[in-house]
Amino acid sequence: MSQHDDEATGSAVEAHAPREVSIGTAIAPTDAVENPGMPPHRERVTDLDPRKDRQMSRRVVALFLFSILASAFAIFAYFFWPIDVSVEGFGTIRQNNMFIGIGLAFALLAIGTGIVLWGKNLMSGEEFVEQRHGTRGTDEVRAKVVKIFDDANKESGFGRRKLIRNTLFGAIAAWPLPAIFLFRDLAPAAEPHELLRHTMWEKGVRLVRDPDGTPIRAADVTIGSAFHVIPDNLGEAEHLLDAKAKAVVLLMRLNPAELNEREDRKDWSYDGIVAYSKICTHVGCPVALYEQHTHHLLCPCHQSQFDVANHAAVIFGPAARPLPQLPIEVDGEGYLVAKSDFTEPVGPSFWERER
Amino acid sequence: MSTSTVTPPTRGSRFTAAAANYLDERTSISGAVKELGRKIFPDHWSFMLGEVALYSFVVILLSGTFLTFFFDPSMTEVYYDGEYLPLSGIHMSVAYHSSLDLSFEIRGGLLMRQVHHWAALLFVASIGLHMLRVFFTGAFRKPREINWVIGFVLFVLAMAEGFTGYSLPDDLLSGNGLRIIDGMLKGLPVVGVWISYFLFGGEFPGVEVIPRLYVLHIMLLPAILIVTLALHMVLLIVNKHTQFAGPGRTNENVVGVPILPHFAAKAGGFFFLVFGVIMLIASFFTINPIWNYGPYDPSPVSAGTQPDWYIGFADGALRLAPPNWDVHVFGYTLPFGILVPMIALVGLLVVVAIYPFLEAWITGDKREHHIADRPRNAPTRTAIGAAGVTFYAVMWAAASSDIMATHFMLTMEGVIHTLQALLFVGPVIAFIVTKRICLGLQKKDREIALHGFESGRIVRMPGGAYIEVHEQLDDYERWRLVSFNDYAPLMIRPNAKGRITAGQRMRAALSRWFFEDRIVPPTKGEIEHAKEHGHH
Repeated sequence: MSQHDDEATGSAVEAHAPREVSIGTAIAPTDAVENPGMPPHRERVTDLDPRKDRQMSRRVVALFLFSILASAFAIFAYFFWPIDVSVEGFGTIRQNNMFIGIGLAFALLAIGTGIVLWGKNLMSGEEFVEQRHGTRGTDEVRAKVVKIFDDANKESGFGRRKLIRNTLFGAIAAWPLPAIFLFRDLAPAAEPHELLRHTMWEKGVRLVRDPDGTPIRAADVTIGSAFHVIPDNLGEAEHLLDAKAKAVVLLMRLNPAELNEREDRKDWSYDGIVAYSKICTHVGCPVALYEQHTHHLLCPCHQSQFDVANHAAVIFGPAARPLPQLPIEVDGEGYLVAKSDFTEPVGPSFWERER
Repeated sequence: MSTSTVTPPTRGSRFTAAAANYLDERTSISGAVKELGRKIFPDHWSFMLGEVALYSFVVILLSGTFLTFFFDPSMTEVYYDGEYLPLSGIHMSVAYHSSLDLSFEIRGGLLMRQVHHWAALLFVASIGLHMLRVFFTGAFRKPREINWVIGFVLFVLAMAEGFTGYSLPDDLLSGNGLRIIDGMLKGLPVVGVWISYFLFGGEFPGVEVIPRLYVLHIMLLPAILIVTLALHMVLLIVNKHTQFAGPGRTNENVVGVPILPHFAAKAGGFFFLVFGVIMLIASFFTINPIWNYGPYDPSPVSAGTQPDWYIGFADGALRLAPPNWDVHVFGYTLPFGILVPMIALVGLLVVVAIYPFLEAWITGDKREHHIADRPRNAPTRTAIGAAGVTFYAVMWAAASSDIMATHFMLTMEGVIHTLQALLFVGPVIAFIVTKRICLGLQKKDREIALHGFESGRIVRMPGGAYIEVHEQLDDYERWRLVSFNDYAPLMIRPNAKGRITAGQRMRAALSRWFFEDRIVPPTKGEIEHAKEHGHH
């Protein structure tokens, strides 16, 4: 065990008395146990036995050689297990992934193991002691720094010429403001919350199946069934997914006796068929799971549950509002159509929602 | 030292010397090598956790660069015409298409994608464990408070990198993740809808968000991350590493191995081991099989979906809000069901970030601390940590509430209600239990330091009595048990004006809470007394 030794540790060691600082509520022990100092150094088996030393060095060499082989294997695998989905199928992707991976992994692991064995067993195992210096600069250095700032202040007049200084601060503070405006065109010119109030639904738009677009005849909707629905005019939307993200609807038929409807919404359904927005009022996941016998809708993201028999009221989970209902009726040919757009914004709550 | 017989320089050493001279005459690098080359690093297994984070970040950079050569972040809609027949003719974005192509048509492409994803998971995990190590050993104390905050920023950046990267393939799962972010943003008072509008370049999902996240993911965030990481490393060197108490180790020294060669060998070798383990996992275990999910479409969703593990606590927090919690103020809507979980998350993170300053204020201790505490020797801090971990864990578990319900045949409501209760009760229980365990362990340490440990050897005395022989510790072993800082609760005293301020009262109350229950380290006198007593 070598006590700190400038040559060996490379770092200048200066005898320093620790500065007196407040110890706060710590107890300064008066009769503390003394640090017994470094225990005697214990030699490793490779230090004591030259045979072990040779054995270990052979082992390290073997690992590095093995690593070279493994790298070569990875290159070999690249060619020997090519991806050939159309002829050989998907197994080729798995093989390509696995064999290149095995080659690379063992090449890396062998290098790592070799270096660590070399370090732990063959390199000097001696521990060194290095003194810490307080993090704080020495008083001399700090005095010099204070003087630098003083001189700079005198020479520039930074503290004296207040008007110059303060107008500079003002100018620098104002300078980034245009950038804020430059970011306005991250999105098109519009009031975003107005956009949230409209969907593709309007009077007479047919309810069609998602995704194949076939219309739905009221007679085909049996009691207990549920349909994933999009508006027939979705193809006309400028951005299909944007429009779809607001317009998707779930259509269900309940036994009219079990359906508890609000007085003002009696004519929003058709013979027990009701349509509700599929966009969760919590954070907007599709409320895709319908449990037929309880009439409950479940959002798979955060488990909000809505009772379809009871105007889609929230019965559990973090959602704050019932799902908006889409008023529907039947057209001349017996197909389900919308009576109007949703009468409230679909999806999550937002600040201006009730305005 | 041997009496050196001067060996003539070989060709190799002549070249090395010439190259070193060339470099030094142009860079003055010899000064840096002199300063750092033999710097001492202490050793403990837990010091490797930060290294794992560093190395997995290198792996992320390497594999991520490979991916950028093949990935195209465009949201232009195309029809799939690639090798994967189940998706043939399906409408999808170019981003999703190119993610499939780089998985299925580039040799080693899937491997690199999996390396990248697994390494990212390991990156956040190792940062989390590293932070816990630093917290529980008090390694955040002066002079390392600033580096704690920098590390905290790295943790947040890592999660941001994870989330932006996760969203890039534009598959169904990540699209639903973005939709949840959109919903959370919209819930923010006043500016929520606008922030979402700007992020998505219009309405959700729009055609802008993936290219924008891509720029954040591969340029802006990594640049900030690398600079922050460099600062973290510089401060690590300036402050020097902490070490655990041990014989010969003091607050004024560092005991360990020098960077060159021993530490460099261990750390360098460890880099290859971390890389190798990630590679091994990536070659055998699928991660994020985007081809199973399909392209993003706002209508479908699959049950039992899970975010990557480190976003789990945020997703779980959302699930724990009670129903019907919109509040209306002057006609405006405040969705508390979203805001309260967000406040809880931000609050947790803020407490983590400022904890070192709180503890420093309570103890008033202005000394530098370079000896890592054993967690038991700071019972209240350890208990606070355990409470924080429990709080996080409950939220994290809540992200799997549906999976727990289906796997263990429980009701969804039962799982959520239990977790809601645990969110409040769990940290309290964890605090009390942990503190008691710490105090118990301290008592045991004190007992062993004073009276030795039970050897299991029963001796019959001449008089017929039986005693168990206690084996004494040697000085080196005992030192580990007795060298720790001891604090007493703060006594309130009036200040110079003769008043007791509210701040003082607060500090005294917290100090009492921290240090009221304490086990005093044994003194020299006590040990000597016990020794004499022990010999009868």
